[in-house]
Amino acid sequence: MAHFTKATSVKDWFNQRLAIDKVEKVMMSEYWIPKNINFLWAMGMVLVITFALLLVSGIFLLMYYQPNVNTAFDSVNYTIMREVDFGWLWRHVHGVAASVVFLIIYIHMFTGIYYGSYKKGREMIWISGMLLFVAFSAEAFSGYMLPWGQMSYWAGMVITNLFAGGSLHADGLVEWIRGDYVPAQAFLTRFFMLHVLLIPLAIMGLIGLHFGALRIPHVNNQDGEEVDFDEESKKYLAGDKAGSKVMRFANDFMAKDMMVVGIYLVFFFYLVFYHYGFAMDPVNFDPADGLKTPAHIYPEWYFLWSYEILRPFSTDVGLIAFAFAQVIFVLLPFLDRSPNTVPASRRGLFKFWFWAMLVDMIVLTAMGKLPPQGIFSTIGLVAALTFIGLWIALPFITKMEKKA
Amino acid sequence: MKNSSRRGFMGMAFGAVAGVGAVASLYAMKKSWDPLPSVKAAGFTTLDMSIYEENVLVTEKWRGKPIFVLKMSNAMVEKAKAKQSDMDRLIKVGDAYYAVSIGLCTHLGCIPGYNASTEEFLCACHGGMYDVAGDVIKAPPPRGFDIPPFKVDGMNLVLGETSEAYDKMKTNGTTL
Repeated sequence: MAHFTKATSVKDWFNQRLAIDKVEKVMMSEYWIPKNINFLWAMGMVLVITFALLLVSGIFLLMYYQPNVNTAFDSVNYTIMREVDFGWLWRHVHGVAASVVFLIIYIHMFTGIYYGSYKKGREMIWISGMLLFVAFSAEAFSGYMLPWGQMSYWAGMVITNLFAGGSLHADGLVEWIRGDYVPAQAFLTRFFMLHVLLIPLAIMGLIGLHFGALRIPHVNNQDGEEVDFDEESKKYLAGDKAGSKVMRFANDFMAKDMMVVGIYLVFFFYLVFYHYGFAMDPVNFDPADGLKTPAHIYPEWYFLWSYEILRPFSTDVGLIAFAFAQVIFVLLPFLDRSPNTVPASRRGLFKFWFWAMLVDMIVLTAMGKLPPQGIFSTIGLVAALTFIGLWIALPFITKMEKKA
Repeated sequence: MKNSSRRGFMGMAFGAVAGVGAVASLYAMKKSWDPLPSVKAAGFTTLDMSIYEENVLVTEKWRGKPIFVLKMSNAMVEKAKAKQSDMDRLIKVGDAYYAVSIGLCTHLGCIPGYNASTEEFLCACHGGMYDVAGDVIKAPPPRGFDIPPFKVDGMNLVLGETSEAYDKMKTNGTTL
């Protein structure tokens, strides 16, 4: 039973009630990180910082944004951009961060794939990470609706139409999602709700799960080596810091982490102040018009690869290929049949698989941006088929892999 | 029941009531997302068909969607007669034939553009093409333009109401 004594200090007062020393140890100073890592291991912290930037800038945008089809466009492009002091800052931080967060997510993902950080007990880290990717995608899409410009409207039209399921013609489902025959007031208000409440709640819950999933298997290292964290941390605490294979999360690892974050933030604010244009589609500076389709409808760059998998096929085949592309990454830990947890460079055919997948996704991204004509159509089709083929080949080439 | 104590009974009873409550809440949530009655009631549009000119595409609006209205010239009707699926799509009001369709690409819902000189529709999004009557002539669209429910009333066309002519289009697969 709890027995409280007169506190000897403020810290002691808190310690008796909240065990802050214990919490600090568990979360920071005695949460062990392997030493054998590189700057790519800092991407998690970069993502946390980016999420914080999105949250703070979002809070300020929320105070002036009006989720109404008649006023939404002006509340963003006039009120926030011209009337509110530093309104432009919040908007540009929010837009740039929403774009850059996907760049970091992709780096984070491909780092995990390269070093095999999704197997041997790390499956839940991967799965929760992919759920975060889905949640961030939904968050990005719903946010894109809010300025109610031409791209908002037509992206909303095209993406909600996907739910008709091609030949299934589930038009009732599409109208249910929109709350109208076309994107209109009901659509805007519900996507506003999703963007500012439901999906952010889901993201925060998933971040908790993602971090929780890390604690038992711990962070992977550059050689996929199985580190005995109990043994190595004892060595560290006994004073043999140089001989131990691990270090404290704080301040050892955080010191380097924050250095990478620092470099990242220089790059980030350079974009915010001087090159925010890439995150602001010019077409979306025309107010939504349900009777005029823009000449080209394309998603933001981070969705282009999956859009290009949808595009070269007829409706039904395209939808199936698209659905395949959306879920297949989640299954990676189970499709990789090799027991080896080492960098791709030491894994035989998987090395080529990794680089082929990375290059293929870059090609898909580039083709997704170009108009679907002539040679670009053909390259896009080949890249889409390659994407599917690589995933089908994965279990076989990893099954054949020799024990490293 | 393994644990037939009062505690077990409480658990079962609570679970049953909560289960019914959960299903009922899901039903309420589903219904809350349905289109509102005011949205559904605003779903009728009446067009005066005498004002249109031959081979000039006019875009009207019905239920927030663009409606293509294209009056056929005699030459265009003659051309359409060679293709039964085109003739099936045309609506006769007075003495003239009209192609009236929902102006959304059946692929993913972009609005195609009309080229009066080639008498074809082209969708810029993914390259789909339609002929003058709205039938598909180049993939990816899986079918021609959908035709809105219509009723001919003298020289007027009422969109949103069905008629025998519309039902015939539905049964012979001209529109969905």
